[in-house]
Amino acid sequence: MKTFRIGGVHPAENKLSAGKAIETLGLPKQAVFPLSQHIGAPATPIVKKGDVVKVGTKIAEAGGFVSAAIFSSVSGKVNKIDSVIDASGYRKPAIFIDVEGDEWEESIDRSTTLVKDCLLSPEEIVAKIKNAGVVGMGGACFPTHVKLSPPPGCKAECVIINAVECEPYLTADHRLMLEKADEILVGVSILMKAAKVSKGYIGIENNKPDAIKLMTAKSVNYAGIVVVPLKVKYPQGGEKQLIDAVIGRQVPAPPAIPINVGAVVQNVGTAYAVYEAVQKNKPLFERVVTVTGKSLKNPSNFLTRMGTPMSQLIDAAGGLPEDTGKVIGGGPMMGKALVNTEVPICKGSSGVLIMNDKEARRGEPQSCIRCAKCVSACPMGLEPYLLATCSAHGDWERVEHEMIMSCIECGSCQFTCPSHRPMLDYIRLGKGKVGGIIRARNAKK
Amino acid sequence: MANKLIVSLSPHVHNNDSVQKNMYGVLIALIPALLVSFYMFGLGAVIVTLTSVIACVFFEWAITKFILKRERTTIMDGSAILTGVLLAFNLPSNLPLWIIIIGALAAIGIGKMTFGGLGCNPFNPALVGRIFLLISFPVQMTSWPEVGQLTSYTDATTTATPLALMKMAVHGDTSALEQLPDTLTLFLGNNPGSLGEVSALALLLGLIYMLWKKIITWHIPVSIIATVFVFSGLMHLVDSTAYASPLAHLFTGGLMLGAIFMATDYVTSPMTHKGMIIYGVAIGFLTVVIRLFGAYPEGMSFAIFIMNAFTPLINTYCKPKRYGEVVKK
Repeated sequence: MKTFRIGGVHPAENKLSAGKAIETLGLPKQAVFPLSQHIGAPATPIVKKGDVVKVGTKIAEAGGFVSAAIFSSVSGKVNKIDSVIDASGYRKPAIFIDVEGDEWEESIDRSTTLVKDCLLSPEEIVAKIKNAGVVGMGGACFPTHVKLSPPPGCKAECVIINAVECEPYLTADHRLMLEKADEILVGVSILMKAAKVSKGYIGIENNKPDAIKLMTAKSVNYAGIVVVPLKVKYPQGGEKQLIDAVIGRQVPAPPAIPINVGAVVQNVGTAYAVYEAVQKNKPLFERVVTVTGKSLKNPSNFLTRMGTPMSQLIDAAGGLPEDTGKVIGGGPMMGKALVNTEVPICKGSSGVLIMNDKEARRGEPQSCIRCAKCVSACPMGLEPYLLATCSAHGDWERVEHEMIMSCIECGSCQFTCPSHRPMLDYIRLGKGKVGGIIRARNAKK
Repeated sequence: MANKLIVSLSPHVHNNDSVQKNMYGVLIALIPALLVSFYMFGLGAVIVTLTSVIACVFFEWAITKFILKRERTTIMDGSAILTGVLLAFNLPSNLPLWIIIIGALAAIGIGKMTFGGLGCNPFNPALVGRIFLLISFPVQMTSWPEVGQLTSYTDATTTATPLALMKMAVHGDTSALEQLPDTLTLFLGNNPGSLGEVSALALLLGLIYMLWKKIITWHIPVSIIATVFVFSGLMHLVDSTAYASPLAHLFTGGLMLGAIFMATDYVTSPMTHKGMIIYGVAIGFLTVVIRLFGAYPEGMSFAIFIMNAFTPLINTYCKPKRYGEVVKK
């Protein structure tokens, strides 16, 4: 069975909510839409206080080519344009909408009938995706239309669908595949048409045999789509690791990107969003979110409107447990610890993970014993112990030479360190510094 | 509620591995060899091992507390116990107590704490202790008791080891190799030597355990063993009366102990797989060179010691295979 070639670890899977069907979460009282919920320029608001909006009304326009429009997930009145603390922990500008009723834009096709055929041209598809505010749903939130517009000189050869869900606990993609298999496959076909390729691979880890079986059985009805079962190993859902696992190619060091080896990688949730955007005229304003944790009463998967505060999801899953120590937006390996539970659900919110106080605490760091387990674990073939030590000493020249910018911050090094050293903290510091130095150098040229 | 949430950077989970687990894991891997040493050398082995462990732990505790004046001692992490056992394994079972204690002081004091404790030492502490004693007390360190004297300690009768016979052969004694025990006896450990090194079988069981528990990788032990096998095998083909068979080389002296437990010490061995193989091949090569052409009958500890010194250099030049170096299949 296929997998990526360098490094990797095996965190406990803890997929507590894998058997729970997707439930639709009720509407929030107020929905909050941060203007930066994607990589790139923040969106520009096109509504003002007092404006009445419907479900699916565009409320902010893309702020550039690498940016994405934002749509209201609720009907009601714009209360204010203010700032909110989002999952990153920073205060960011956002649009606040008070919910009144549930009135949808008429252009949206709300029926559940499968629309299989798509007669649009690739350019029309990309335009439609762009116009629906679709971004990568795996967490990085890179605008989808940008990935489908290759830079000059690059040609896509295949679309790879990331259905790996290698983060422990999260089950949103898994459930989506079980419940919306045909819609996803149509979405993949549309993405292949938009990227002008005839091959599409869906990479699914072997810990989801039901999803592999279902998708494989259904994929025979769709030309060119192959389901690729993958051996379970973290971080297989990393874009570069997935390309290596599925087509055996490796993307050269930055600034090279996946398209340089002919691959366009999209998350399975994105494929579903593309289906809805192109076939149902439905912009991206809701997504499946896993709410989970060992102390939580009912770990669940909710179809959630964007802008819903995380506290509402937690309440629906049985309420915040007494012994809560940490609330994480995303999974335990790469998710972000939240400062409060009022953080709104955004396009990239794949899960809410509640950790109890004991799980939430880090181990006491000890001296590095040079066991080299971090070197074996690093999926990018770096030396995390060295990058961390040199970053701690401020030796930016050395860490740049040792390829710190290739780090994907997957956390495998720190996960595996017997001395509990906070390596990734230091590597992030180093990446920030070196990134600044590189930008300054390029600006001088 | 909101004000008591813990906020820290990812990853938020850990595989629950720890320094202690690794150190005690190595100690568990040493149990078969320890039992064999008790079976072969009886009381002497028990006394030497206990003295060495107690002395090593005591010196680590005393130096941390009274010289370095640190609040927390590291004696519970298992590394001092491990150094004690490994040092004992490298000593003859009839060594007087006071020499063992000096060895423990050299190992922990000079070998480890001088540099700041666990993780900072350039040389394997147990090896520092052994080499210190070998140079300081050459007579006591090179007279090994015969096996099976279960109730004797310093009064045990001593005998020539297989390695001494092999050295005599190199020096022209054509009948020396014929006196070697057969390969199976050497493999099981029924022959004189330092107390922990005699049974290749017991040490290999320890290797299997450590590989299974992912405490070490195969790179260092396998590259050492393979190099010794090939190099000594070639020499054996050239002149089988002067140079012992490769299996005799593998199963005698400290070779297995060194390859499996001493050279693989985390702190003093290279960090990358490529580096580990270079390190292992060099140790194997140096060991055979010293055994066949050097003044000492055994070269394992010197070979590891020399390569410990090269570890930082190897780390500087041997980088792991970076992602992206292979662009296409």
